[in-house]
Amino acid sequence: MSHRIVGKKELGTDVFWARIEAPLIAQARQPGQFIILSINNDYSERIPLTIAGADPSAGTIELIWQRVGKTTAEMANLAEGDEIANISGPLGTPTHIENFGTVVCVGGGIGAAPLLPIATALKNAGNRLVSILGFRSKDRLILERDFAAISDELVVTTDDGSYGRKALVTEPLAEACGRDPRPGHAFIIGPTIMMKFCCDVTRQFDVPTQVSLNTIMIDGTGMCGGCRVEVDGKPKFVCVDGPEFDGHRVNFDLMIKRMNAYKPQERQAHEQYEQHRCKIGLDE
Amino acid sequence: MTHEERQELLESLLAKQKAGTLKPRDRFDIPPQNMPEQDAAARRRNVSEVALGYTEMQARLEAMRCLQCKTAPCVQGCPVGIRIKDFIAAIADGHCDRALDIIKENSLLPAVCGRVCPQEVQCQETCTVGLKFKDVSRAVSIGRLERFVADLDCNGAAIPSVASLTGKKVAIVGSGPGGIVAAADTRRAGHDVTVFEAFHKPGGVMVYGIPEFRLPKAIVHDEIETLKKMGVRIVTNFIVGRTRTIEQLMTEDGFDAVYIGVGAGLPSFMGIEGESLVGVYSANEYLTRANLMKAYDFGSGADTPIAASKRVAVVGGGNVAMDAARTAVRVGAEKVYLIYRRTEKEMPARVEEVHHAKQEGIEFHLLQSPKRIVGDQNSRATAIECLRYELGEPDDSGRRRPVAIAGSEFLIDVDTVIIAIGNQANPLIRQTTTGLEFNKWGNLVVDENCRTSMPGVYAGGDIVLGAATVILAMGQGRIAAAAINDDLADKPR
Repeated sequence: MSHRIVGKKELGTDVFWARIEAPLIAQARQPGQFIILSINNDYSERIPLTIAGADPSAGTIELIWQRVGKTTAEMANLAEGDEIANISGPLGTPTHIENFGTVVCVGGGIGAAPLLPIATALKNAGNRLVSILGFRSKDRLILERDFAAISDELVVTTDDGSYGRKALVTEPLAEACGRDPRPGHAFIIGPTIMMKFCCDVTRQFDVPTQVSLNTIMIDGTGMCGGCRVEVDGKPKFVCVDGPEFDGHRVNFDLMIKRMNAYKPQERQAHEQYEQHRCKIGLDE
Repeated sequence: MTHEERQELLESLLAKQKAGTLKPRDRFDIPPQNMPEQDAAARRRNVSEVALGYTEMQARLEAMRCLQCKTAPCVQGCPVGIRIKDFIAAIADGHCDRALDIIKENSLLPAVCGRVCPQEVQCQETCTVGLKFKDVSRAVSIGRLERFVADLDCNGAAIPSVASLTGKKVAIVGSGPGGIVAAADTRRAGHDVTVFEAFHKPGGVMVYGIPEFRLPKAIVHDEIETLKKMGVRIVTNFIVGRTRTIEQLMTEDGFDAVYIGVGAGLPSFMGIEGESLVGVYSANEYLTRANLMKAYDFGSGADTPIAASKRVAVVGGGNVAMDAARTAVRVGAEKVYLIYRRTEKEMPARVEEVHHAKQEGIEFHLLQSPKRIVGDQNSRATAIECLRYELGEPDDSGRRRPVAIAGSEFLIDVDTVIIAIGNQANPLIRQTTTGLEFNKWGNLVVDENCRTSMPGVYAGGDIVLGAATVILAMGQGRIAAAAINDDLADKPR
C-alpha cells in the first residue's frame, strides 16, 4: 500500500512538513515513536523519521524533516498527491509520561517536531511545562505557535540573534534547572551535540533527563544492530531499546562518530541526485 | 566427461536396466556429476548465481547413481520426509514433471531447498552410496537433483488448488519460509489468509539474508507470486506488535488463528572491547544493506551505502559468515579474513559454501578468536586483536571445546569487522503480547503441533527453534498449518 501525501509545505529554509495517509500508524502511534520510510521499493534507502503528529480519524500522520541527504531531498521534491512507497511503524518504545511536577522540554531545530507530541502529553498529564526551542536563525523557526499554546513558559533562542534570544539552548536550560522548585524531569531532542551539552547542564543540577536518539537505522525492528549506541558502557539498540534513553548515561561522543560513518557516501548520493535533477528540464 | 560420453553411458545403463542386468556395481562406477559453476575470478566481481545447475544428461546420470535402497535412509534424513528415492527414479526415467510432483507433496519450495538445505548433514549424510565410499561428498547429490527439477518448472508452475471458502481468517506473521508454507497450506484448506511482513519486501531471510549469488531473488519472488495467485493477501510494512498487536488481530480484525514465524533476528555480539566502533557490523546489517537494498549497486542506482572496505574480518564459521565474507569480496574488499575459533571440521557452514569461499580468495584464520577491536582517534576500526586457540574436550554440543592459548595475542589490520556469530529471538512480540509463554532464551514455547500457550496462536521456525534452517522452518510451518486446519474445522463460525 502506498501512502499519499495530502498536505505539504515548506516551514523554513530546508525544513518541510507533510501530512500523509497512513491509517494504521495514525491509530497506533504514541508520543516518542517513529516510522521508517523508503521512497521506492528497489533502490531506496530506509530512513527513520519521528512522528510529529497524527489524526486517527482522518487516518493521517504528520512528518517534519530537514533536507540533509538524498532521501530527505527527494521527499522535499514530492508534492501533494504524490505517494511514498513504504512507511512502516509505529516503531520504538513510547515515551513514559507521568506528572513530574515541572518539566523542561528542549527542542533544537528539527527536534522540536518529535518533541511536540511528548510535550503535549506531558502537559495533559498535569505537568507545568517549560519549553525551550533553539534554532540556527529565524528562517529555520518552526512550531513556535504550537508550543506557545501548550507551554506555561516558552523561550525561543537563535544562534545568530535573528529572532528571540541570542543564545544556545543550554543557557535558558541552566536557568530553568537552577530555579526553585527544580524541574522534575527534562526532555531533550535535537542535534546529537546539542543533546550532549544539554545533558552536561542537567547533570550539574541533578535533573533526570530523557533524550531521543536519531541514529542510522536499517530495519528498525531490532534485526540489524546498525543503530546501536553505548549506554552505561553497554550496547543498546535505539530501535527496540529506545529511541529514548537516560541522557546522562549515553556515550554521545561515540554516537557522533558512528553517525558520521557514511558522510562521504551520503554526500555522493545526494550530489548525484541533485546533478541528475538539474538535467531534467534543461533544453539542450 | 563430454556430453556425448554422458549420453553413451546413460544409454548403456538404461539398456542394462531394461534387460534387468543393471547391478549396483554399474551404479557405483558412474562418476559423481559435478555442477558447473561460474569461474571464481569472474564471480568475485558480480552477484550472479555461482552454481549454474545440472544439464538434463547430468541429472539423469546422477539419478542413476541412486541404488533405490528398499529402506531409503535418505528419507529419514529429510526433515520433511520427501519421497527421495521415488523422485530420483522418476528423473532417471526422464520424467522430471513426475519427480517435481513427488517433491511438492512434502516441500513447497524445492528451488530454494535444492540450493540452501544443508544436504550433507541431512538426506545425503545417510545415503548408502556415500557410506559405501566412506565419503559424504560422493553420496547421490539429492539437493542438486531437487534443484534441477524445480528449475525446469520455473515458467509453468501450476497453482495449487484451493478449497472453497470456509469463512475463517488466518494471519501469518512473517513471510519467511515457514510463513510461506503455513500460508499455502491454510489457504489450500479454504481459509482467508493474510501474510504480514515487517519489511517492504516479502521473503524473510531469503531476501535480506541469503545473497543473490547463492539464492536468486527471482526464485523467492516467484514463490510469493504463487501465493498471491492462490488468493493469499500479502501486507508489507506491517509490524505485528506495533502496527497492530496479536490481540487486536484476533479480537478486532477477526482473525481466527495466528501463526508466528518471525524468525530470530536480533544479532548477537561478542561483548568485546571495540564492538561499537565505526566499521563494525552485525552480519545482518551488512547482508541487509547488500541484499535487500542492493548496496552493491551504490553509485549506480542504490541509495544505501555499504562500507568501502579494503580489509575485512568476518568472525564466525556458519553459512551467514560465508555469505558475509563472500559479499565483502563482491563489494570490492581486497583482503577478507574469516576468523573461526575451532577447525574447519567443526564449522557449521555447508561444505560447498566453504569450498566456494576459499575459491574466491577468502583467507581462513582457524583456531583464532577476537579479543578486542582496535580503533583510531575517530573511533574507526583499524585492527582486530585475536588469540590463538586449541581444541580441548568435547562440550555440551559434542564439539571439542576451543581453549585460548594464554599470551598468544596478535593483531590483524582491518578497516571493517563483521560479526556473524548468530542471532537471538527478537523481543518485539514478547514485549507487546501478554499470554504467550517464552523460554529463557526468549524463544516461544509450543507443543508438538506448534500450538503456543495462547489459544488460536501457533508458532514455528527460528522463533521456536533458535537459529535453524529453511527446511526446518518449512517443516514447522506445515505442522502448524495442519493444526490450524484441524482446529478451525471444529471451531463454530
